[in-house]
Amino acid sequence: MGAELALVTDALVRATPLMIAGLAVALAFRGGVFNIGAEGQLLVGAAAATTVSLAGHAFFGRGVVVIALAAAAVAGGCWAAIAAELRRRFRVLEIISTIMLNFIAIYLVSFLVRGPLQEPTHIYPQTESLPAAARLPILVPGSRLHLGFALGVAAAVLLSWVFRKTAIGFRIRATGASPLAAFTAGRIDVSRTSFLVFLFSGALAGIAGGIEVTGVTFALYENLSPGYGYTAIAVALIAGLNPLGIIASGIFFGALETGASALQREFAVPSSIASVVEAALIIGVLTLTAIRNRRVPGRAS
Amino acid sequence: MSAVESFLEGAIRTATPLAFAAIGETVVERCGVINIGLEGAIIAGAFGGFVAAGSGSIWLGFLGSAAAGVLVAAVFAIITIRVRADQIITGTAISLFCLGLTAMLYQQLYGATGAALSIPTMATTEIPVLASIPVVGRALFAQPSITYVLYLIIPLVWWWMYHTHAGLAVRATGEDPRAVIAAGIPARRIQILCVLFGGAMGGIAGGVLVIAQAGSFAEGMSAGRGFIAIAIVVLGRWHPLGVAAAALIFGAASALQYFFQALGWPVPYQLFLALPYVLTLCGLAGIAGRAVAPASLGRWPDQT
Amino acid sequence: MSTDDTSNVALELHDITKRFGSVVALENVSLQIKRGRIKALLGENGAGKTTLMRVAFGMIQPDAGWISVNGVRTKLPSPSRAIAAGIGMVHQQFSLIPAMTVVENVALGGTGTFSREEIASTLSDISSRTGLVLDPFAKVAHLSNADRQKLEIIRALAHKASVLILDEPTAVLAPGDVTELFKQLKSFAHHGGAVVLITHKLSDAREHADDVTVLRRGRLVLNEEMSATTDESLAAAMLGSSRDFSTPQRKSIPSVSTTVVSVRSVVLADNPRRSPVSLEIGRGEIVGIAALDGAATSLLRAIANRVKPLSGTIELPERIGFVPENRKDEALIADFSLAENLALADASSRSGVMDWNAIADETTEVIRAFDVRTPGNEVSPAKLSGGNQQRFVLGRELRGRPALLVLENPTQGLDLNAAHFVHEQLGEARDNGAAVVFYSSDLDELADLSDRVLVVSRAGVISVPPDRDNIGRALLGTDGS
Repeated sequence: MGAELALVTDALVRATPLMIAGLAVALAFRGGVFNIGAEGQLLVGAAAATTVSLAGHAFFGRGVVVIALAAAAVAGGCWAAIAAELRRRFRVLEIISTIMLNFIAIYLVSFLVRGPLQEPTHIYPQTESLPAAARLPILVPGSRLHLGFALGVAAAVLLSWVFRKTAIGFRIRATGASPLAAFTAGRIDVSRTSFLVFLFSGALAGIAGGIEVTGVTFALYENLSPGYGYTAIAVALIAGLNPLGIIASGIFFGALETGASALQREFAVPSSIASVVEAALIIGVLTLTAIRNRRVPGRAS
Repeated sequence: MSAVESFLEGAIRTATPLAFAAIGETVVERCGVINIGLEGAIIAGAFGGFVAAGSGSIWLGFLGSAAAGVLVAAVFAIITIRVRADQIITGTAISLFCLGLTAMLYQQLYGATGAALSIPTMATTEIPVLASIPVVGRALFAQPSITYVLYLIIPLVWWWMYHTHAGLAVRATGEDPRAVIAAGIPARRIQILCVLFGGAMGGIAGGVLVIAQAGSFAEGMSAGRGFIAIAIVVLGRWHPLGVAAAALIFGAASALQYFFQALGWPVPYQLFLALPYVLTLCGLAGIAGRAVAPASLGRWPDQT
Repeated sequence: MSTDDTSNVALELHDITKRFGSVVALENVSLQIKRGRIKALLGENGAGKTTLMRVAFGMIQPDAGWISVNGVRTKLPSPSRAIAAGIGMVHQQFSLIPAMTVVENVALGGTGTFSREEIASTLSDISSRTGLVLDPFAKVAHLSNADRQKLEIIRALAHKASVLILDEPTAVLAPGDVTELFKQLKSFAHHGGAVVLITHKLSDAREHADDVTVLRRGRLVLNEEMSATTDESLAAAMLGSSRDFSTPQRKSIPSVSTTVVSVRSVVLADNPRRSPVSLEIGRGEIVGIAALDGAATSLLRAIANRVKPLSGTIELPERIGFVPENRKDEALIADFSLAENLALADASSRSGVMDWNAIADETTEVIRAFDVRTPGNEVSPAKLSGGNQQRFVLGRELRGRPALLVLENPTQGLDLNAAHFVHEQLGEARDNGAAVVFYSSDLDELADLSDRVLVVSRAGVISVPPDRDNIGRALLGTDGS
């Protein structure tokens, strides 16, 4: 295929985990939960998806992908639940607990791929490759663009609909915008709402990991994620936490990073150009948000 | 060295940067501010120390670390204390930004050429008689000199906090800024100075990582130590001596891996790498008993 | 000693004016504080007494006017300057650090190294001089209210205060402690000190003060020697006469048919030592709640079902409307549109899909019926004036035809029109059978609007007839309670 088309599809492939994890972050932030743990939730989701795919493809055939993604969601949700419970029961700042869990997840994956899940020859720190039946179908023949991208777009549309049209979405938004008013005027159970938001955010990030494994990497290994979970924060913030906007910002970042890699290959420009642009965007948007909201949403309870 | 000795020596070595960062954050939190940007100060200090040490002088390197940490803290102080933006959000933003910026700067300045830059590293300095004490001698007194600076700083901070009016004012500000203002003390100024001090300590912690331990800079080498330091402050109940002890516990937890390796016990090394982070979660949850934080931590007084 | 004698004036405030936004807290107030005498500063809630003394203590900067200390014009930009000028203040909410000891609290504000022993010896000096004794190393958290007050006085003395300002000192004291306190103050004055006593309690002022000044709505209305006044003249000065605008005439006293709210032996978390509260509110009546300084907030919120009592039972109807005092933060979400804010009221009971079209129509209807001046449905409530915000909130809460409507200071900060409108709406709700409970710090409003009034204090809940004087005296403690 043409080089231009390859670049485009590569950008979309790169955008997929950013987009889905970005949705996870947006869901949390909109509900007043500072989930910085998308990275770790994504990794445990990837681990769960890999395990299920390898163990179940013989039995379930092509259907194993669905189960693998479901397992990824559950794993991500459980990982987030740890931080959610610490927040609810002990008032532990979720910013810190989720970052701690990110590190723990990294070591967990390292342990798995060097230990119980390691490929049969025990040479490389990675799992067996997923057989073809356990992989996501390709959308554009000849490229790497897989179904996961479409799933991401669908998820964005769904989340947008939930926020704009449903009662639960309204309650989530109220909780994030002003937990005090949500409770006093709206009689909303702020604690329960933010707990559930936290879990679903984790589940979504888990799915991002599961999709990355079943669509791109086809195996679990160390450094599976070059910081998707953190970049997703920028993706979400740039889009103003709007799910449809995240489709666009996800693609933008995907293009940025793919382009940066290409630049590095062709012209020896450091690929970290992308990370500084992202970092600058993060601090800009976060600071502006901080100035606008002089109290942390979701912490008054 | 026996297994116990190398374990203790490793414990102190690992604890040193944590203790620097934590003692700084203790002072900050005692005056009522929570600086999540500490991680940013550490990585900035690591990078700043790396650059400054390139001049050839180790102590200039540490000066560079401290300066970088103070700079990061100053940004935090302006945004939160002067502009009154939320401390948590601002701190997080600053940490993420510093991590990204230092990574990029390192690649820009040193990575593109592919040269592995070497800087002078701080060797261990034995203290003559003390290092011969059985069991703990080498662990405590055969460390890089910067560790000895830490040994001085901890009791100094402790004395200052409980035996000077300045320390009293800091502690009072963290309890009730309004009462402090009514007593005629400039609460805001105190908070700014404390935050800058915390930044300097965090920067030095980063300097320790680069100059006294790794010998070079690596992207993200702070590895969450800023957040771990915050948990150490909770575990140490916001008291300088308690914080030092808690830092030692964390250091010991990390150093356990060498202990087990030396003994030949087949525990996966990832467990030890993850242990500090698990301990942090436990510490934050107050599993070591419900600690009493400074009453005004993280909140702003409604100024009249 | 005539009041024209200026040689013993320790502190004088000249033509002090202070505004907070659009509210005039003090207008051209002048005050002389004389050595050797105790002055009582009297006034209702919000009259400006504390504000005036905060100006004297350097905590607040006046917009106009100046201060002289011992006849010399002085600027007091901060409390530390006031302390240096010999002015000490004993605050109403104590400005002590509970987690610290007596010695540490006294030491606050010094420089250099800090020796507990030195301060302890200063304390024992003061003890022998005045008879005020405290354990230097006791934690303030463990001290009784009377002892905390002693500590504040000792602290002022340790900083060599010659003028002592006390803000509502007897509010938290038992009768025996009150006698002890005034003994100390008289002794302080006898030795050349000057005392200013900010108080609600007419009886305390009459018994112990030499001079009296009365503030009302930020203005000075009386300034004389105590011997030249009577209880009635002071009460009249404090309470003034009724306000200009009148509330629509109340319909005949309704017969209370069914009980809507039943509160039985309830103890609340914010005041666990108050005796358990019991009251009942019926259909078709407006009950006004009067209290000092937020003593009734928790009770009101318990009635609105936002706060759970520690013990006792509360029976409430299903549909409750609540209009909190802090509109901005508790009733409205600035990031949401007016329509979304309307939907907030029953947010917890909605499920499935939101019918935004229907909600938009309802919003338009509320805006029309309650005459809310707004560019439209989609704007943020932050763009509306206070009066319009309150109209909107009231409209939202009344929309569901609640059986009970609870309000906190419903007309605070509102223009006359809006306030009048709110009163009309409350009357109408009452006529349609709702039970209305509201708290107000404005005695006129309580008197005009309520069918009956409950006064909430430390002692409990007393019912008083809904007229200004009765309510005022019950609050001031001059009705014999």
